[in-house]
Amino acid sequence: MSFLRQTANAFLLTELVAGMWLTLKYFFRPKVTINYPYEKGPISPRFRGEHALRRYPNGEERCIACKLCEAICPAQAITIEAEPREDGSRRTTRYDIDMTKCIYCGLCQEACPVDAIVEGPNFEFATETREELFYNKDKLLENGDKWEAQIAANLVADAPYR
Amino acid sequence: MPKLTIDGIELEVEPGTSIIQAAEMLGIEIPRFCYHDRLSVAANCRMCLVEVKGGPPKPVASCAMACGEGMEVVTNSDMVHKARKGVMEFLLINHPLDCPICDQGGECDLQDQAMAYGYDRTRYRETKRSVKDKEIGPIVKTVMTRCIQCTRCIRFCSEIGGTDDLGLINRGEDVEVGPFIEKNLATELSGNLVDLCPVGALTAKPYAFTARPWELRKTESIDVLDAVGSNIRIDVRGNEVMRVLPRLHEDVNEEWISDKTRHAIDGLKKRRLDRPYLKSGKGKDAKLAECTWDEALKAVAERLTGVKPTEIAALAGDLVDAESVYALKLLMGGLKSPHMDCRVDGALIDTSSRGNYIFNSGIAAIEDADAILLVGVDPRKDAAMVNARLRKAFVNKQVKIALIGEPVDLNYPVETLGDTPQDVEAFIAAKDGFAKIFRDAKKPMMIVGMAAFQRDDGAAVFALLQQLAESFALVREGWNGFNVLHQAAGRVGALDLGFLPQGKDGKDFHAILDGARKGAIKALFLHGVDCFDVRQMVGKDCFVVYQGHHGDAGAHAADVILPAAAYTEKDAYYVNTEGRVQMARKAVAPLGDAREDWKIIRALGRLVGIEMPFNDLSELRTAMVKEYPVFGALDVVCPAPVSKPAAKSGVLGDQAFVNLIGNFYQTDPISRASAIMAECATTYGQDGALEDAAE
Repeated sequence: MSFLRQTANAFLLTELVAGMWLTLKYFFRPKVTINYPYEKGPISPRFRGEHALRRYPNGEERCIACKLCEAICPAQAITIEAEPREDGSRRTTRYDIDMTKCIYCGLCQEACPVDAIVEGPNFEFATETREELFYNKDKLLENGDKWEAQIAANLVADAPYR
Repeated sequence: MPKLTIDGIELEVEPGTSIIQAAEMLGIEIPRFCYHDRLSVAANCRMCLVEVKGGPPKPVASCAMACGEGMEVVTNSDMVHKARKGVMEFLLINHPLDCPICDQGGECDLQDQAMAYGYDRTRYRETKRSVKDKEIGPIVKTVMTRCIQCTRCIRFCSEIGGTDDLGLINRGEDVEVGPFIEKNLATELSGNLVDLCPVGALTAKPYAFTARPWELRKTESIDVLDAVGSNIRIDVRGNEVMRVLPRLHEDVNEEWISDKTRHAIDGLKKRRLDRPYLKSGKGKDAKLAECTWDEALKAVAERLTGVKPTEIAALAGDLVDAESVYALKLLMGGLKSPHMDCRVDGALIDTSSRGNYIFNSGIAAIEDADAILLVGVDPRKDAAMVNARLRKAFVNKQVKIALIGEPVDLNYPVETLGDTPQDVEAFIAAKDGFAKIFRDAKKPMMIVGMAAFQRDDGAAVFALLQQLAESFALVREGWNGFNVLHQAAGRVGALDLGFLPQGKDGKDFHAILDGARKGAIKALFLHGVDCFDVRQMVGKDCFVVYQGHHGDAGAHAADVILPAAAYTEKDAYYVNTEGRVQMARKAVAPLGDAREDWKIIRALGRLVGIEMPFNDLSELRTAMVKEYPVFGALDVVCPAPVSKPAAKSGVLGDQAFVNLIGNFYQTDPISRASAIMAECATTYGQDGALEDAAE
């Protein structure tokens, strides 16, 4: 019997037709792929992308050089130097993140007592050279300014779950 | 001897021991803020509460309760825990939550104990109080809102610092620690307040915000900025010395250090010689220019071999380590020059016996002495830690202290008996007053400063002091009260190594300088000599080689500069004023092209054809110990005899003793290069006198 069935299937192209039928079914369903550079998938408010240093609404930088992020960083990607600023407040003179060392674990933003260092929603920061991935304070603050609206919205969205 | 049990362990203690001390003997740690074993008991933080069974049913403060017979102490019961949690909650009511910006973060007692006894949330809804910060000098930064009123700083100032500048003002909720009028702390030990403060109310101003304790690498070393040889811990980040902290040594510095020791370290980054320099050009156009090690050493070697051996001389300065002095002595011996000296402050110290130039009793023995005579010394500026001991002896025993020498401002009562050698003679002859107390004392102690020897008749003064020692029997069975207090860390080591004029022809310090001025000395090797204006003292034709780490007086006069390592940058032996050999350890790498001193001298020796019998530091030390056995034992004081008065010793002058250290904060190339020490010197006045800033 099995010989007969195999022969019939072979001559009637059953498998081919079944495959074509599946293709035809998916042809009418919504597409799951996106047209990447022009379209992007949704990301969680908790997404851990490129780092940014935030500022307060009055323009004052949030970071107070407590060095907790530097201490907790498991990849030792963060380097901080600090000294009193002219007004006597505690500020960093250097805040470097080596993005090639970073493992994007998010512990830095968890450790930060003032929500200064955050991992923002941006994941498109590939560079042509390695050196461009050694971020300094200026670059991180610039990131903060650029992404502030979205970062703030994400923090608000995530707040109920913390 | 009361017997008691603590947590079920039975022990017997001396009468008067407090429960906290007894628990410490058993290794049971009781949390505390206000209690400190070197200060009086205040019992105001209430953190050390324990339960004593059999007594009233309430917790007791273990720091203030003496052990009693049959006490049953429990340090970890539920009642104790609840009581401490309550105390902690009250302490935290007004303590700000600013740990992230507080310099004490990571090494804060309150932070640590809040982890053990703190609630995770507050029940306090009212407004927190805030307190105005006080300005108390260039060393200590205050954030008084963080203060928990433990009063350790107040007790330190009045008991050890010897100044009643700090106190508690107001009562209850409004209580504040501070100076009664805005005033800089009149003590050179103010840096210790930062170590004492259990919270971040008092932090180090120069160190503010620069580093966190967990980033620092710790090296246990020795201080060289005075002759006490305080034990220190050097905290380093990367290749940078971030801070210096005291290390416990009961016989030397206890657990304090002076402000100079602690904060002169920024001088290690300034005015440093980081590469060799060679003077090129002739006459007025001659200028020091950078060169390579080869060029510099070759130039020195050419000169040293180009002149007669008797035209070469070497001087060893204030901060030199024993190893390099030993190497330099070998070099001079190889060159067959007898002219060398280490007494570059001009002090005519008698070196016929080791006991003649060291602090024989030991610094800790100051506490045992029952009468103390100071001769030509300002302990406060010469050695602040010795001064702290003198004050301790006064506070504990009201010991009688008298001074023959320039009147100085000391923080304990001192009877002044004159200021000339003739007053010493009169003292020997005197029958009443302090002389009687001194003669009757069981443990009389004399402390002689450099001012007694830094004069033309220094040798005669020394003979006179020997007479005094004999007359009052300062040296007796089990007690040697003849003490010389040095000012320079390298001096005793160099004296022990006999870095002195060799033989009859050897020129001493004054003769070497005279020769260098008049042309008899044509090549002068300065090993870290900065304590006088070398350019003024040395003639133009004399070829000056300077080996050292700072561009100070010596380097200004040099024809060749050989950059060397500073004390934080090398493993080295230093001998303190007691004759105690101690080892400084390398905390950071030498700056730039600088090399360790003994290596430079050895390399130079090779160029002039002298092979030294060692290739590394341990071989050098072995050779040195073989020749000078005192270096064989670290951290011990070997008893040394004081020689009998010599028959002939020159004529005694009648000038008064003059202390040469006017400015405590700037005594050596490192502290002179330090901006913080300069600020201290300005704040406290150029002559070191403490001025009232408020007025």
